[in-house]
Amino acid sequence: MKKPYIYFFVFFLLTFCSSKEEEIYTPVPYNLEIPALFVDKLIAPIIPADNLLTEEGVALGKKLFFDKKLSGDNTKACSSCHNPKKAFTDQQQFSAGVQGEFGSRNAMPLFNLAWNFEERFAWDGKEFGLEQQALEPVSNPIEMHANWNLVVQKLQESTEYPTLFLQAFGTSEIDAELVTKAIAQFERTLISGDSKFDKFLLGETSLTQEEQNGFNVFMDEAKGDCFHCHGSNNNPLWTDNAFHNNGLDTTFQDLGFGAVTGDPNDNGKFKSPSIRNLAFTAPYMHDGRFATLEEVITHYSEGLQKSSTIDPLMKKVNEGGVHLSPQDKNDLKAFLLSLTDREFINNPNFQE
Amino acid sequence: MLLIFLRCGKKEELDCCIFPEQFTVTLNFTHHWNGLKITPQDFNELKFTNENGERLSIERLRYLVSNISLINGKNYHFVNVGENAGTSITIPELTNASYALSFRFGFSNEDNTDGAYQDLNSASFSVPEMLGGGYHFMQFDGKYEDNNNEASGFNYHMIKAVDRTDPDNLKFEDTSFEVNLGTIVVANTTEIEIKMNLAEWFKNPNTWNLNELNSILMPNFEAQKMMRENGETVFSLGVVN
Repeated sequence: MKKPYIYFFVFFLLTFCSSKEEEIYTPVPYNLEIPALFVDKLIAPIIPADNLLTEEGVALGKKLFFDKKLSGDNTKACSSCHNPKKAFTDQQQFSAGVQGEFGSRNAMPLFNLAWNFEERFAWDGKEFGLEQQALEPVSNPIEMHANWNLVVQKLQESTEYPTLFLQAFGTSEIDAELVTKAIAQFERTLISGDSKFDKFLLGETSLTQEEQNGFNVFMDEAKGDCFHCHGSNNNPLWTDNAFHNNGLDTTFQDLGFGAVTGDPNDNGKFKSPSIRNLAFTAPYMHDGRFATLEEVITHYSEGLQKSSTIDPLMKKVNEGGVHLSPQDKNDLKAFLLSLTDREFINNPNFQE
Repeated sequence: MLLIFLRCGKKEELDCCIFPEQFTVTLNFTHHWNGLKITPQDFNELKFTNENGERLSIERLRYLVSNISLINGKNYHFVNVGENAGTSITIPELTNASYALSFRFGFSNEDNTDGAYQDLNSASFSVPEMLGGGYHFMQFDGKYEDNNNEASGFNYHMIKAVDRTDPDNLKFEDTSFEVNLGTIVVANTTEIEIKMNLAEWFKNPNTWNLNELNSILMPNFEAQKMMRENGETVFSLGVVN
């Protein structure tokens, strides 16, 4: 009498296990294509062990990055201020939030973020880690001004997202942590390393005389001395991702890094941005005060302002700077523009 | 059964006698100003006075040591004092013996290969090709009180010295130097303090005048040679536990 019952029980178990297996979807590891110069010159990018890149995670992150559901009134997406055609910035001094309010910081461009080794993000370094960074703008009242619970509810009620989260993270139950994990995965794929200067370093092209002299100005401690903070041929990030007071003001309305650390010695310090893609990222500085590259170069050449926390790397501050010749200024600009990466801004993987 | 256990016990005793005991040695780089210990909390204040009588502060202190004698093969270590990074080096598996403790400050010409070290590239520690390439040996930035009683920046950056008198025929001088700290006996897990007295960079044998030599020192051949001379007395052996 017992045997048929046992057979039925075994059959039931097998059927149950089999259908359960069908539900488990294994995401495909994402192959991050790292430029040869980065592989050769830099240490490995930062990919958190609890948020490895997958095809499904990156695709989901991209969809979320361009989705206006992440804003309070469904009018703004991350891409509204971080436009891929503008190296993921918006060419505005300050960006308007969903209610038309403006902040006091210029939207930062987004690329090569996985090589920010200290993992401090934003102009003032207030966010630690890309996942953490992605949390803040969504709920910031002068940015996307959304309630995370409501954002999650909107996504959960959509016809597409629960399946996409299931495929990317093994659960269709959406929460803010998974949303930011997906966005961070997409952001880590935003790699810019294919400018004319990169090709020059790879021996694939040559520089004009102006670009070569401009590079020399950049690397010359007696002239531009830009390399101590903005990378070099050996640091193709073209930034140190550190915080410096670059002599913009004598007193500070915006304390920058100092407001984050609480250390007055950090007042007036802001992150050195990469000098890649400057052709697309005007206006410049944390507050977008300079509309053109000429203004930026003139600042470093003649416009330095002394303050207690000005970086010692700023030269001849009492004279406003090192006073580059008009030729050197012109050539420096030519070199900077040789770091323009049109492949990056036109990469179809990064468009909506 | 009993025999098997006895046999195993005998084998363990043999292993003990065949392989000598091994110890871990930790090198701790500490930083001082004429006996006063310096930590990152001491940065950014004009609280130190150099031999020339100039008050100065420390804002950034990063340096490179290579070929530590206790480590087999080529090796280098990047120390970032402000970030409290790289100040301790742990060396495992040293046996009970006497060792000559030495290291090189900076890179020898042989090891100073341009662009070859990814961690140093990533830390923006490279030297421009126009100065011979390779790497900084030290980046010591701060402010000093100048002759007008104003705080001005200084960049005491040490590299392989280059004479650019003839731009088409650069002449180099190796300014890295070997630091010998004598013999240490490793008979247990040991901590060794290596002291850097920052005041010595400005003192001996060249009294450093920051009003004259404060920045753009990388291309300054004579300044680089003076740094190397002053470096001779910077390091000393501290406490050995």
